[in-house]
Amino acid sequence: MGRWAEQQVAGWGRYPSTTALVARPETRRDIEAAFKDREGSPVLAQGMRRSYGDAALLKGCRVIDFTHINRMLSFDEHEGWLRCEAGVTIAEIVDVFLERGWFPPVVPGTKYVTVAGALASDIHGKNHHVAGSWSDHVRRVELLTANGEVVTCDRATNSDLFWATAGGQGLTGMILAMDVRLGRVRSSTTASDADQVPMIDVETIRVPDLATFLQVSAASHQREYTVGWVDGTARGRGTGRGVLMRGDWSAAPRRAVRRRAARASMARYLGSGWLINSATIKSFNTFYYRRHIRRATARTVDADRFFFPLDAVQGWNVLYGKRGFLQYQFVVPPGGGGDRVAAILEAIASSGIAASLGVIKEFGERAHGGLSFPAPGITVALDFPNTGTRLLDLLDRLDDAVASAGGRVYLAKDARLGRESFRRMYPDWSRWKEVRDAADPDQVFQSDLGRRLGLVGDAS
Amino acid sequence: MTVLILGATSPIARAIAREYAMRGNPIALAARDVAEVARHASDITIRYGVKARGYAFDALEYDRHRETVAEAARDLGPIEVGVIAFGDLGDWQRSVTDPTAARAVLETNFVGAASTAEALAQHMAPRRSGTIVGLSSVAGERGRYSNYFYGSSKGAFSLYLQGLRARLYHEGVHVLTVKPGLIDTPMTWGLRRGRIPIASPESLARAITRGVERRRDVIYHPWFWKWVMGLLRAVPESRWKRIKI
Ligand SMILES: Cc1cc2nc3c(=O)[nH]c(=O)nc-3n(C[C@H](O)[C@H](O)[C@H](O)COP(=O)(O)OP(=O)(O)OC[C@H]3O[C@@H](n4cnc5c(N)ncnc54)[C@H](O)[C@@H]3O)c2cc1C
Ligand SMILES: NC(=O)c1ccc[n+]([C@@H]2O[C@H](COP(=O)([O-])OP(=O)(O)OC[C@H]3O[C@@H](n4cnc5c(N)ncnc54)[C@H](OP(=O)(O)O)[C@@H]3O)[C@@H](O)[C@H]2O)c1
Repeated sequence: MGRWAEQQVAGWGRYPSTTALVARPETRRDIEAAFKDREGSPVLAQGMRRSYGDAALLKGCRVIDFTHINRMLSFDEHEGWLRCEAGVTIAEIVDVFLERGWFPPVVPGTKYVTVAGALASDIHGKNHHVAGSWSDHVRRVELLTANGEVVTCDRATNSDLFWATAGGQGLTGMILAMDVRLGRVRSSTTASDADQVPMIDVETIRVPDLATFLQVSAASHQREYTVGWVDGTARGRGTGRGVLMRGDWSAAPRRAVRRRAARASMARYLGSGWLINSATIKSFNTFYYRRHIRRATARTVDADRFFFPLDAVQGWNVLYGKRGFLQYQFVVPPGGGGDRVAAILEAIASSGIAASLGVIKEFGERAHGGLSFPAPGITVALDFPNTGTRLLDLLDRLDDAVASAGGRVYLAKDARLGRESFRRMYPDWSRWKEVRDAADPDQVFQSDLGRRLGLVGDAS
Repeated sequence: MTVLILGATSPIARAIAREYAMRGNPIALAARDVAEVARHASDITIRYGVKARGYAFDALEYDRHRETVAEAARDLGPIEVGVIAFGDLGDWQRSVTDPTAARAVLETNFVGAASTAEALAQHMAPRRSGTIVGLSSVAGERGRYSNYFYGSSKGAFSLYLQGLRARLYHEGVHVLTVKPGLIDTPMTWGLRRGRIPIASPESLARAITRGVERRRDVIYHPWFWKWVMGLLRAVPESRWKRIKI
């Protein structure tokens, strides 16, 4: 049929939702042809649409879907460098390489993201404290730029463009391919049986409050992976209560049990939104906390279970119903014994709006400026059912608190941040925009997020 | 056992290549876009650890077809499965007004496909072994108001494959005719979803490898198209000509 198909599109949070003309090229030639054939319209690249808000949306314009641009081009068995096309997913990398003893350098909480999306959001994972973010492991990017040329960027040539693309939310051009360095998994050196895959030794520690969380987290810096679950509905003395998980690749590989993703139809059946409300969230959170009866437990689990537990339920985002949901993720600088985080958590819990699925993590020192999110400090991510203005008002108040504390919110999760707050949070933005504008003077690459935050077009 | 895929850049072709590579077969990928098939070949080698190579191929360059088959066989071993995957849907309204456009569709899907099949037959018959897989279409089962250019070319290809199957039966070579319904590829991109289920290229590829293993003659995919087409064929011509589909 035609190259462009009108589609209703939304991010993972299913809020907001817009229509756009979408092309899904199969080959590099198709990409270039689609780019030329956009009839002067602004355009945006899109991956697996796992960003929550409007980072991958471009209302009424052209969007190029990169999910079929997914060839692995070369692999260096000694150093772990993988050259691959933009649409290769982390799931594919894990599938192909884990049994050979390699793992993506950084993984998010879902494996269904593309490597281009990973760079465009400069994603972080449970190992940020030791490994930094995605861009720390990329040495070279092929970018289709606004004038239709393919430019190679690395730390030496076009380095400005390289850094602006890391975290640049697709606004510097379309990533065609990159070199990313996979990490060696320790245990694999002993793997001989093909059916054996590396596993993770994980310890789970119940923490009654934020101070304890910070103590345990600080004591876990030697561990490769650390992450916490935090009860966003707990108040007062229990503020910040939750569970901390820390893990390392296990010395002994095990036979992996292949788990199947729960049927999508199940989630769809439950998906009218009735399931998730303040009351159910509160009881779930309490249940989850109490379930960890013992203070600490240790087990060995497979990588899917440790890194991507949510992927076990396909399409779980529909559980929030038609209005969708919003995730709020922020980072605030360390210091003050976590007082700043505690104050924000307290503000959320006392608002009466229940947040489900809170994730908390202490970032390491590495930060890249530009629009890249990770910075030293503590990051918290919370999901909120979309309850309209009441929620939006709360989030506006939180923005103020976060910005005042010298922190910022994560654009990959955002659907509503205002320009003013954005500029306070990302003081580097104007420098970033200079680089972008030099590469794209005619504002060819745009997104709804970029328009909202003044990253494209006139910066007033 | 080497698998040669002609028209290797489409999603259906890619899915078939992966399905065979996963089982450890060397893969030869032939297409017009040589840079693309080279990338595709690297991908297959990295993912599945099998040999894979790209070859230049154009369905309309008839005098090169045998050479392409021979070249792939020289590099990767005798071709056991040859898949004729390319196809041209065309723009039927343009075909109505522009004879060159109409001819391209008819020629690619029928003449080009038949020429390729003969090249494969010539390679396989002396060894009395191998399977030729032809991607035809349910669209070839009855001429329709819209895109009868594509439909007739696929119909002709189906008839051709039927004859070839009978001939090669006596020479130890198998012929599988594949009649897909709607598959999620650029050909169907933008069709209104939801009304008629659209199958994935991966599910079609699995059906094809199964069909090859079981030496099936004709497969429809998804299966219900067999019954749908049976019903459509049963509509009397006097009624059929009034329906604009
Ligand atoms: C359950 C869940 C857990 C998550 N956990 C984490 C986490 O732990 N850490 C973390 O950092 N993030 C996390 N995320 C967010 C996710 O990693 C990012 O939003 C990521 O960018 C999504 O990649 P994608 O392929 O889906 O891209 P999309 O969402 O489709 O696009 C994201 C951005 O990338 C750009 N983009 C996509 N393809 C290209 C291309 N070819 N060229 C240029 N730009 C492109 C888009 O324009 C857009 O701006 C999580 C998301 C979910 C749903
Ligand atoms: N999709 C469906 O619903 C459907 C249904 C029934 C049957 N089919 C059949 O299944 C097969 C694959 O379909 P698809 O949907 O995957 O196709 P597609 O995405 O439209 O791709 C068509 C393929 O044919 C190739 N091709 C066209 N003309 C060629 C030529 N002269 N020489 C060499 N290659 C040529 C193209 O190569 P380039 O990359 O060089 O252009 C491309 O790889 C086709 O035969 C099609 O008719 C598809």
